[in-house]
Amino acid sequence: MNYVDPEKKQLEEAAQKIWDLAISMGLDPFPTHFEIVPASIMYEFGAYGIPGRFSHWTHGKAYHRLRTMYDYGLSKIYELVINNNPSYAFLLEGNSILQNKLVMAHVLAHSDFFKHNVYFEHTNRQMVDGASINADRIRKYEYLHGKAEVEAYLDAVLAIQEHIDPNLRIKKKTKNGSQPTQARTPGPYDDLLTDAELHPRQEEHPRRFPPEPEKDLLLFIAENAAGLKDWQRDVIHIVRNEMLYFLPQMQTKIMNEGWASYWHARILRQLDLTEDEYIHFAELHASVVSPSKTQVNPYYIGMKMFEDIEKRWDNPTEEEKQRYGRKGGEGRQKIFEVREVENDVSFIRTYLTKDLVRELDLYIYEAQGDELKVVETDWEKIRDTLVASMTNFGNPYIVVEDADYRRNRELYLKHQYEGIELDIDYAEKTLPYVYKLWGRTVHIETVVDNEKVVITYDGEKVTHKKESSGPPSLAQNSVTNN
Amino acid sequence: MAFTVSLSKNDWSLHRKGPADQARHAEKVKEAIKGNLSNIISQEAIITSDGNKIVKVPIRSLELPRFRYDFRKKNQVGQGEGESKPGDVVGQGKPGQGQGRQAGDQPGIDYFEAEITVEELANLLFEDLGLPNLEQKQSAEIEGAGIKFNDIHKVGIMGNLDKKRTILENIKRNALANHMPVFRQVKQEDLRFRTWNPDVKRDTNAVVIAMRDVSASMGEFEKYITRSFYFWMVRFLRRKYNDVKIVFITHHTEAKEVDEETFFKLGESGGTKVSSAYKLALEIIEKRYDPQSWNIYPFHFSDGDNWGDGDNKLCVELVNKLISVANVFGYGEIQESRHSSPSTLMSAFLTIQNPRFISVTIAEKADVYPALRKFFTTREAAAA
Repeated sequence: MNYVDPEKKQLEEAAQKIWDLAISMGLDPFPTHFEIVPASIMYEFGAYGIPGRFSHWTHGKAYHRLRTMYDYGLSKIYELVINNNPSYAFLLEGNSILQNKLVMAHVLAHSDFFKHNVYFEHTNRQMVDGASINADRIRKYEYLHGKAEVEAYLDAVLAIQEHIDPNLRIKKKTKNGSQPTQARTPGPYDDLLTDAELHPRQEEHPRRFPPEPEKDLLLFIAENAAGLKDWQRDVIHIVRNEMLYFLPQMQTKIMNEGWASYWHARILRQLDLTEDEYIHFAELHASVVSPSKTQVNPYYIGMKMFEDIEKRWDNPTEEEKQRYGRKGGEGRQKIFEVREVENDVSFIRTYLTKDLVRELDLYIYEAQGDELKVVETDWEKIRDTLVASMTNFGNPYIVVEDADYRRNRELYLKHQYEGIELDIDYAEKTLPYVYKLWGRTVHIETVVDNEKVVITYDGEKVTHKKESSGPPSLAQNSVTNN
Repeated sequence: MAFTVSLSKNDWSLHRKGPADQARHAEKVKEAIKGNLSNIISQEAIITSDGNKIVKVPIRSLELPRFRYDFRKKNQVGQGEGESKPGDVVGQGKPGQGQGRQAGDQPGIDYFEAEITVEELANLLFEDLGLPNLEQKQSAEIEGAGIKFNDIHKVGIMGNLDKKRTILENIKRNALANHMPVFRQVKQEDLRFRTWNPDVKRDTNAVVIAMRDVSASMGEFEKYITRSFYFWMVRFLRRKYNDVKIVFITHHTEAKEVDEETFFKLGESGGTKVSSAYKLALEIIEKRYDPQSWNIYPFHFSDGDNWGDGDNKLCVELVNKLISVANVFGYGEIQESRHSSPSTLMSAFLTIQNPRFISVTIAEKADVYPALRKFFTTREAAAA
């Protein structure tokens, strides 16, 4: 007897209907495969970010936390979709049919975003396989070198995993613009030339390594740390590789969720829902896009912004018609263009308007004593605070300033201070991990209370030093700069 | 049409990655607890627990450190219901920390509460501790003293039929066979019988004679330390002995035997005559706990503020007598600070050169753990 799960059959039909609707409305997702999974699997994938990813206790911790929150009814993951071709999406077993319909519509919009947004262009579309291969390699290293050693090494790499550079494809301008002098081609009359003419004095380059500050800490260490074994370099490349894959998702959280919420609402309104289903849908949609007093809900802000853009390009003001030549009725076209070329930073900077900030009632708050209080409602300041919080994916911008500091191959990192201080306690604890990777003394320069501070770890203890002016790395190099 | 959208449902029951990594995290939490035992074991929540329940112990969150912003110095954006203005209160406490992919879901603290049973904590604590000077006493274990019905088999004597379980098995089988969870058509395979196992009784016993100074000079802190110490000592001994009896003695200038509650609560006043407690302890041993069949562990906690040199000398004599019958005699002196000099009583005790006499000084909560370690290290083996 061939048993057909009635729920599965119903969902299959719904999936096809939703797919057809999405296509007819202009979305162009990757082929998408839905898998119905129990909660334990849903939370595992949520914790690991991608199925089959390598084992590490931090993943176990994340899994435990998500799982506990689910078990106590505090939070629920409704949807999970993997940027992959085909896209894989997971539906939670036991969700109502309507919940899963909403999830499917939402997921297809995400997949469309993955496929078309320019920041995803270079992501590995076979990452599900890639992550499994990476996991196999790490398992092999565990077998060869011992679990404890691999874990301790992974700890060190993961501690600085955010510090990579997704823009390596953009060629860098060199600061002094000097080109290496070409070697002279020997000629027949060389004996007539003086020695100085024969060997023009090459302008001495400052002995700097790296020549320009390097943002990609992981790559720099993998390529330049002296004492690393092959497997250790490989582990760095694995982590960096996966981080590069995840970065665009961190870079487009508001847009991506906004886009998906915008579309799930429109697709579901086109489905033939019963009255009960429609009420259920309205409730669900409202809970997804509910504002939060102390956070920015990306689903809500993102959706509102797309709707606002569509409205403004559909019905431009007289001024917009004359100054920008907007014809009106171009709303849909415009939002498709926005989803293709922007990321969260440019999206907020370009499309979060004064009216929208007021309509959404956004504000800046801070802790005052035991209370969180609104301190600012000026729309430009709000916009700029949002942009600042998303710059470099919310992480401090840290570069390798000098990898031969004190002519002793010590690693000198610099925090590009832009007004927000580092968590010094954390920085002190992170340095030993960097030391483990680099193998020699490591420093980080930052600013505390408007004074330059250098924190150093030499393999035994952490020390602080306040310095008055000028990066010491430059002072070092100026000696050789004649 | 090309592959566009599809749906499937597979069996995921053998998938175990998350739980495996979760177990590794739990293991690391346990390591962290172990590294911090001296601060954890004297937590009030543990000492006042009934000993079986799960207690929560604060441990530093196991987090990979990273370079991150100081979130206390960072402004954040929130969203109101309209017309918000500066000065409006939007929440309590510290703002949530935004981090990476999961913005703002972590509270701004680095400690979290790990749940652990007192039993597990005891395992960690006593892992490498042993009983000092353990002796084989006369009456060892008596096997087969009785039987206990504590097992279930599928075959057995009708007289031992476990009706409740049999009915449940029958309902289960019916439910599985034809989706009808009802009780009918009992088959042989439904039957369950109670059966017995021989009851092994171990008859090695120990008695702890807990003595406490309740003179005016002993305050809340001293009481707490005493309590914390006895709590773990009794748990430890119970792991080693079938039956651990505890005799509680309080003393100021006179000693008396009291019950547990009084022992820990009592705060009296008056002077101190330590010898009175030791005399009473010897009397009790003589009357009730024959050293031939009991392992005896007298422990005494005091601030050492004794009556005078005469009594100190008497104490030394009595302690020597106690050592001759006890496995170990422990004296714990609770001092106001680490830098206090030892009391006259402690000085007198220092003349006792017997490995069965152990003394410690405790100046803060965290000293309880080293004290326990000192008392329960099988040092006689090392000395022999």
